[in-house]
Amino acid sequence: MYKKILVPVDLTHAENLTKALDTAAELAKSWKAELCYVGVTPETPSPVAHTPKEYGEKLAAFANKQGESHGVKTDSVYYTSTDPAIDINKTLRKAIEESGADLVVMASHVPNVLDYVWASHGGYIAEHADTSVFIVR
Amino acid sequence: MQEDPNNPNEGEEAVPEPEGATETIDTDYQVGQDNIQPKIGPFGLDIHNPVFVVSGLIVVAFVLLTIIFQDAAGPAFEELRGFLTSRFDWFFLIGGNVFVILCLALIVTPLGNVRLGGKEATPDHSYFGWFSMLFAAGMGIGLMFYGVAEPIAHYGTSMGGTTVEDGVRTDWAPLGAAEGNEVEARRLGMAATIFHWGLHPWAIYAIVALALALFSFNKGLPLTIRSMFYPIFGDKVWGWPGHIIDILAVFATLFGLSTSLGLGATQAIAGLNFVFGLPDSINAQVILIILITAFALISVLRGLEGGVKVLSEINMGLAAILLFFVIVVGPTLAIATGFFSNLLAYGQEVIPLSNPFGRDDDNFRQGWTSFYWAWWISWSPFVGMFIARVSRGRTVREFITCVLLIPSVVSVLWMTAFGGTAITLINEAGMSQIADAALELKLFEMLNGLPLATITSIVGVVLVIVFFVTSSDSGSLVIDTITAGGKVNAPVSQRVFWCTFEGLVAIALLIGGGLGALQAAAVSTGLPFTVVLLLGCYAIVRGLMREPR
Repeated sequence: MYKKILVPVDLTHAENLTKALDTAAELAKSWKAELCYVGVTPETPSPVAHTPKEYGEKLAAFANKQGESHGVKTDSVYYTSTDPAIDINKTLRKAIEESGADLVVMASHVPNVLDYVWASHGGYIAEHADTSVFIVR
Repeated sequence: MQEDPNNPNEGEEAVPEPEGATETIDTDYQVGQDNIQPKIGPFGLDIHNPVFVVSGLIVVAFVLLTIIFQDAAGPAFEELRGFLTSRFDWFFLIGGNVFVILCLALIVTPLGNVRLGGKEATPDHSYFGWFSMLFAAGMGIGLMFYGVAEPIAHYGTSMGGTTVEDGVRTDWAPLGAAEGNEVEARRLGMAATIFHWGLHPWAIYAIVALALALFSFNKGLPLTIRSMFYPIFGDKVWGWPGHIIDILAVFATLFGLSTSLGLGATQAIAGLNFVFGLPDSINAQVILIILITAFALISVLRGLEGGVKVLSEINMGLAAILLFFVIVVGPTLAIATGFFSNLLAYGQEVIPLSNPFGRDDDNFRQGWTSFYWAWWISWSPFVGMFIARVSRGRTVREFITCVLLIPSVVSVLWMTAFGGTAITLINEAGMSQIADAALELKLFEMLNGLPLATITSIVGVVLVIVFFVTSSDSGSLVIDTITAGGKVNAPVSQRVFWCTFEGLVAIALLIGGGLGALQAAAVSTGLPFTVVLLLGCYAIVRGLMREPR
């Protein structure tokens, strides 16, 4: 049913994403879909990489490793932003459109009182994207 | 947004690989490695431990002390400001000259070929957007506030000539003044004004911005002030020497910014009072600061692209319309010829004005020039970091030319139009009320001498308010980056915290009557920062020599 599953990842906190990553991989396996990991990085050095290019390489390596351990076809794409803290939702929507993904699997926190003021990234994507969105908690 | 062209998913907007060759500094330090992530209620934070905590505490303590001891704080800080600007005037003046000379040298030498962000980097922003942001962050409020006031002040003191008591000059005129000579006083007054708003301040900003952009975009170090000291301190820069540099930067930024917000609030209220007769009281100022901070918060939440950039572009358009209006309905011919003669006057006087030794115009040199230099320098971490953040992809030559020369030319035009019109109105229409008005009212008194005064005054108030919003927003962005150890994707709630805090500091100090104290505090951080910047010059040259060009 699904051909391409997009998985937004934050490489700084990759260890918190295990459940979402495993869920995405299992879904990809059952539908024989391709997994595409998407990351957003600032133009400036970040905790993950000195340059956006280095970030792209790390993301590609991450995608390959995921692909090997789960036995699914993977791919990666990264976007840069001068203001990633704010632009991330917009950038993810762009990534969804451009990749042609038909399902997004992403991790999000359990809602708290602050979510009445600021929607979480997962909440925003689920509310605004045209494709199906699977939020993993 | 850029994508990797080697990626099979590349979209239509794909651009050439953004990096290309750079000489990355090899350090084990990771951006944000000293950060802590405390959770306060629902707010998750991501902050650099010593820098955030120490600078936060100093700022809170300063605000409390200023309010509690408001009678003593004001004079004490005035004293400190006077001491620093009169004893170290030579140091500030020499520093300013070094920055200008280095910038001009970078334009003409091959080092100017180095591209910020790597050989094949492409600019993130269009010329118009970039240039608007430079101005909005750099001196928007200042130009509104001093555009009429400063030319009149220098013109008036020059006309008055020199007065000497006990062998010391007591007048405030620049250089040797021009007693009774209207043409010469005007020439000297304009040259002195442009001197304070031209090459020197922008060279200070350009140096900080260039150092930050180079060490961050090309060398891979975190986007904080301490990074420019890596060639000097090596890995020690990640310890206390670096913490102190960053804390100083936060301190300078917050106080410099609150001063500007204080000026903006006083001028906006004065303007509203002038046009609509709204009460000009502390309460009104506090309400205005709360409203403007609320606007700034909206801008913060819309991010750099949707917030600061959009507002800066709107303001550039509005400022251009106001400038054009003043040129057209004001003494057009005098402004047109004045532009060139003022530029010439500036060219002729810039060396005598920037000479630190053998002058007797102590009041002008210490009270105006070294005060301004100290102020610009204390502001430089803020403006510099903001400029750095939006300037990736430009070559050093393009960067310096645009940051140094274009704003200087615009300043000449602005001062010629606003200051020149005011002087003409005083001399030819007898509008002495412009010269007599309070500092924050001079702009509106001048506009009152031209047609459509109500409309232009409202435009003036809107300009001040929007500059206020963009300063507050870009300031929050900068302080947040420094206190997050160079991370630019820390939680948005932090930026909201700093934006709110800037408003609170401005309110607290207005209530405490401490705007003068605040200004003095901003100047006090200028002295250590001059040393910081001079070392930065060395680091820039060393860093640039190793870059592929």
